[in-house]
Amino acid sequence: MGSSSSSRNKIPNAQELMDQTGFSSAHLLRLYDRFECLDRDNRGYLSPDDFEAVGGLAMNPIGGRIIDAFFSSGQDTVDFSSFVRILAHFRPTDRNRNKEGTQQELPNSRTRKLKFAFQLYDLDRDGKISREELLQVLRAMLGLQVTEEQLQSIAERAIQEADLDKDDAISFDEFKKSLEKVDIDTKMSIGFLK
Amino acid sequence: MILMTPFTWAVHNLLCRCLSIPISAWFTLLCLFIIVPAVLRGSFSIRSLYLRTLLKIFEWANLQMKMRAKEKNQQLYKTYTNGIIAKESPASLRQEIRGSASCLCSDHEFDMADIFYFCRSGVESIVDDEVTKRFSAQELESWNLLTRSNYNFHHINMRLTLLWGLGLLTRYGILLPLRVTLAVTGISLFLFFTTLVGFLPNAASYLSEKVHMMGYRMCVSSLTAIITYHNRENKPKNGAICVANHTTPIDVIILASDRCYSLVGQMHRGLLGMIQSGMVKSSPHIWFDRSEVKDRHLVAKRLSDHVADKTKQPILIFPEGTCINNTSVMMFKKGSFEIGCTIYPVAIKYDPRFGDAFWNSSKCGLVWYLLSMMSSWAIVCSVWYLPPMDREEGEDAVQFANRVKATIAAQGGLVDLIWDGGLKRSKVNDAFKEELQKLYSKVLVGDHEDESERMEI
Repeated sequence: MGSSSSSRNKIPNAQELMDQTGFSSAHLLRLYDRFECLDRDNRGYLSPDDFEAVGGLAMNPIGGRIIDAFFSSGQDTVDFSSFVRILAHFRPTDRNRNKEGTQQELPNSRTRKLKFAFQLYDLDRDGKISREELLQVLRAMLGLQVTEEQLQSIAERAIQEADLDKDDAISFDEFKKSLEKVDIDTKMSIGFLK
Repeated sequence: MILMTPFTWAVHNLLCRCLSIPISAWFTLLCLFIIVPAVLRGSFSIRSLYLRTLLKIFEWANLQMKMRAKEKNQQLYKTYTNGIIAKESPASLRQEIRGSASCLCSDHEFDMADIFYFCRSGVESIVDDEVTKRFSAQELESWNLLTRSNYNFHHINMRLTLLWGLGLLTRYGILLPLRVTLAVTGISLFLFFTTLVGFLPNAASYLSEKVHMMGYRMCVSSLTAIITYHNRENKPKNGAICVANHTTPIDVIILASDRCYSLVGQMHRGLLGMIQSGMVKSSPHIWFDRSEVKDRHLVAKRLSDHVADKTKQPILIFPEGTCINNTSVMMFKKGSFEIGCTIYPVAIKYDPRFGDAFWNSSKCGLVWYLLSMMSSWAIVCSVWYLPPMDREEGEDAVQFANRVKATIAAQGGLVDLIWDGGLKRSKVNDAFKEELQKLYSKVLVGDHEDESERMEI
């Protein structure tokens, strides 16, 4: 009966979560505390209001989309394991991972991070970023600070650069290609303290 | 009576006899505890002895836990008082998105990767933000034998469990009943005397002050609040406003046991309402009807009228508007700083090791909170009276409020935040979002305008 093993008991499927996400047990505990803190009514799950109560998220121009990313597949509640699985995308990529040992891809691989970002653009989840969707994201990020024409020209240029098969939409592979040179690991990782 | 068998009669007799001894002992203890603190200021040496003993016990307990954890080669639960994630100095939006391109002439065009900045900062705030954690009780570095502050400091061995059990018994069996009785007696005496003084003519303000002080001091001792006042020479004077950081309703009792203030607040119903009306009979407090609170001009008028009269007691205001967990100071509402009189800032800092004083109104009601306060070890706090401040030339109310807030935060060792405590219950307004949007648009588009202007000249 040590201090860490008995506390892990309050988290369901802790070992499974640790294996699938790569979080350590200490991180998992901290995230559980955070989950309970956000869950103000103690219901055991989070709803969109709980996320909107976080100041830093509410003032983020794409805050609404980030919240949607947690509530994928039509559900309107997030339990702890889904919460952790999504946050696992933001773990820094492990440098010295044993390539042979991994049967499944961890959520924080480069591809998975890109997929997460892709979903922020692709609202209707059809696998392509259409011109409309791009315009919507740009409008969210820029608000009323730019005119409609400026918005259109920015979107036009972005699509022309990335759209390789000229179908007027950006697929996931085209998205990946256009971000080849970008250091995804630094930009899409949060420095979890040891 | 007739139906009672000899057996029940014997039991009845025994019970009475058993109870009478503790009851008389009880009353003796009670009288001792009422007389000593309420009339005198209570002996400081007894209290500091009590605290030091407690600290030694906690140290021993934590040593036990560390030794045990080392034996089993496991990590003791570490409290991340600084947060879960390493927040480096926030790179500005401009730096982040432009990357290392410092050349001004190369305009940044929109890149699909731009969204990463917003995405990451959004998720960072989900994991750890400055504001939400201020609305729950502060975490302790080491356990203080209270179940409620037990974050995975589980019972390691029998001795520790025994100690915890003993502590539980002492707190709920001895301390709690004693304190509750004290509180009840104190409040009833207070109500009785204020009504009495209310009948006397106006010249009895000296008496009413004494009655108020007596009431507050009894409440202080009923909570075993051990208060250290610093810089008493800066105590607020008549005809001014006193502002302090807000952690709990007990703040009022702590400050008011040192000198009399006029309180401002909503008129409640029930017991609290009765106490409030009792207080008004003998001293000029400013209680509002719920309907009047919304009218800010009315509030400001009543406040300035009170302050203009230099013989009246200073007004005590908590500009944060809500309880914060005593690790930070949040935005001060500018209402009280617009009136234009001298402000006496006061910083209150609680020592969480003996009992956390923060009232989380969404987690428990007032009565439950008071009971849990009375079943903690003690409430230890420091009160600093800061020198008076006036609004300077060319300073508006908001800047003045921020200046006062910074002074209080610096003195109490608290973090100074710009966020509104009202975020506990309501959402952030869109002004902040607009700021970010403006910044980003400047990076993308704004530079074009600077460029063209420069070329025209």
